[in-house]
Amino acid sequence: MAGLLMSRGIAPRRRFRRSLGERLAERAIALAAASAIGAILLIFVFVVREALPLLWDGGADLALVAPQHYPGYDHPAYVWQPVGYPPKYGVVPLLAGSLKITALAMAISAPLSLLAAIYVAEILRPRTRALIKPVIELLAGVPSVILGFFALTFIADATQDILGCTYRLNALVAALALSLAVLPVIFTVSEDAIHGVPLALREASLAVGARRHQTIARVVLPAALPGIVASLVLGFGRAIGETMIVLMASGNAAVLDASPTSSARTLTATIAAELGESPRGGEHWRVLFLLGMILLVVTWALDTLCRVVVRRLARRLNPSEGEGP
Amino acid sequence: MNVGDRALRFVSGLALLVVLVAIFAILGIVVVYGAGALSWQMLVDAPSSDLAGGGVMPAIYGTAACTMLMTLAGVPVGVATAVYLAEYAPQRSWFATAVRAAVRSLAGVPSIVFGLFGLGFFALFVGGRIDGMFYSDATSPVFGRPAILWSSLTLAVLTLPVVIVTTEEAIRRVPREHREASYALGATKLTTIARVVLPHARAGILTGVVLAVSRGAGEVAPILFTGVANYLPRVPTDVRDGFMHLGYHVYVLATQAPDVDRARPMLFGTVLVLLVLTLVLDAAALVLRARAQRGTRV
Repeated sequence: MAGLLMSRGIAPRRRFRRSLGERLAERAIALAAASAIGAILLIFVFVVREALPLLWDGGADLALVAPQHYPGYDHPAYVWQPVGYPPKYGVVPLLAGSLKITALAMAISAPLSLLAAIYVAEILRPRTRALIKPVIELLAGVPSVILGFFALTFIADATQDILGCTYRLNALVAALALSLAVLPVIFTVSEDAIHGVPLALREASLAVGARRHQTIARVVLPAALPGIVASLVLGFGRAIGETMIVLMASGNAAVLDASPTSSARTLTATIAAELGESPRGGEHWRVLFLLGMILLVVTWALDTLCRVVVRRLARRLNPSEGEGP
Repeated sequence: MNVGDRALRFVSGLALLVVLVAIFAILGIVVVYGAGALSWQMLVDAPSSDLAGGGVMPAIYGTAACTMLMTLAGVPVGVATAVYLAEYAPQRSWFATAVRAAVRSLAGVPSIVFGLFGLGFFALFVGGRIDGMFYSDATSPVFGRPAILWSSLTLAVLTLPVVIVTTEEAIRRVPREHREASYALGATKLTTIARVVLPHARAGILTGVVLAVSRGAGEVAPILFTGVANYLPRVPTDVRDGFMHLGYHVYVLATQAPDVDRARPMLFGTVLVLLVLTLVLDAAALVLRARAQRGTRV
């Protein structure tokens, strides 16, 4: 760290005016750096811009979150049926679908990847570790559309044979494929965190007579906790924002149901499936952009939460370090 | 070894084994089924209109053209941002902090939201403005509709964080002595960056570019509404054309082909082509990264 800080102040003292070309080039570099800020602002503005008119163009009677008494239903219900008559825009089934699939995927991938990370960081020899890590990172490079294809073609048949599901495509099939997408994220970040715990901590613990598993459970994992929490939040964000896997494998029926083997429709898959057919600027179009806005806000909130929690944890575990970078 | 140690070793080892088996099962199944379906014909022919015959050449070409445009648009901006963050940004500058926060947020935005953004901003807003200025007498939109240009720009924004983070790391790994030597010879800061720092960080920067290309080639959600087409037998010759894409072609063949069963061999072949493309790029990134880290150890 000290080396990095020092490296900044070593430019030669400016005795001559820099040439015009150099000054222009430096301006251009700073401008390019501003483009990242510009991009995130534009994303927010242009998603909100399409969604916002809902608020004053009678968005109140669209019943986005409240149950609505539709003709033909005997009690108020949450329904997503944007092309029915009247169009029904209840987003609750979509939120529930996203949460259900994400929770299932996390329940599958979190224990697997954390345990695998412990094994790779704590038990494997360095040479084997150097071989295994890239293999798991390889999974992160597999495009999600291929995982979706894999779920649709192979996982769906396998789960139906084993569990005898009523619907071939369901939340569980999507969650299984989704956990494959999330796994390398959780694994890589938490493995780095566990591996980064100073050796001295382990040696101290072993020296006072703790067993290997006691050392890992009571010393190494607590010390790596900020990184592990970050990996889980990152994985959750990845899972809730993933589109192609859930679009291809979840069955896409917007039912409000807690069963893992029933179909589910997520926010992301709804946008992907319906935006192409909705007339530009219409009510349906705007609701779909609103779904995008919800996704944007949720992932941004997760990221912020993650940063705060990780900083808190890091400070509590190592008070002398104070604030992080 | 006592019971607890053995249990931990067994359970965590089992988890790792499950993960590895899953990975090799996917790769193995895709390769075996794909290799059975793939033929030379498939790589060089255009698809038949029911998508079940012919080949995927336009999709290969479209993917390549799209990622190329993406790289041209995104990499210079990403590298310049990284240069700013690593070389110019003052220590406690609000601007650098804001740039870092923006890069972080950008990396967390779901890919389908990039699709909405690409459609709303690039295709409809920017394209619409261009049409309004230069093609006001055209009967149908010229730029203001989905096109390969808009898909590429959307993907360029999506892959920006990858390029920035990898490049900044690479630049920070360049030893201070190299910069000092350059300054001692009278070089200015910009000359030092262009002639000493960037060439030295070359392998690291390339790693970022290759990772970005691999990510960009595999993403489907951002291009759904910004330019991809499910059937275009000829290759795009203009940035305003629609295009076919390997990832989208997989999606179409798996879920929307007129005759899904007859299209199966095409599907397996296309999946294999896309997987090989992205994995070769990722493997190249791994090798480059190893070289970058080895080359600059001081």
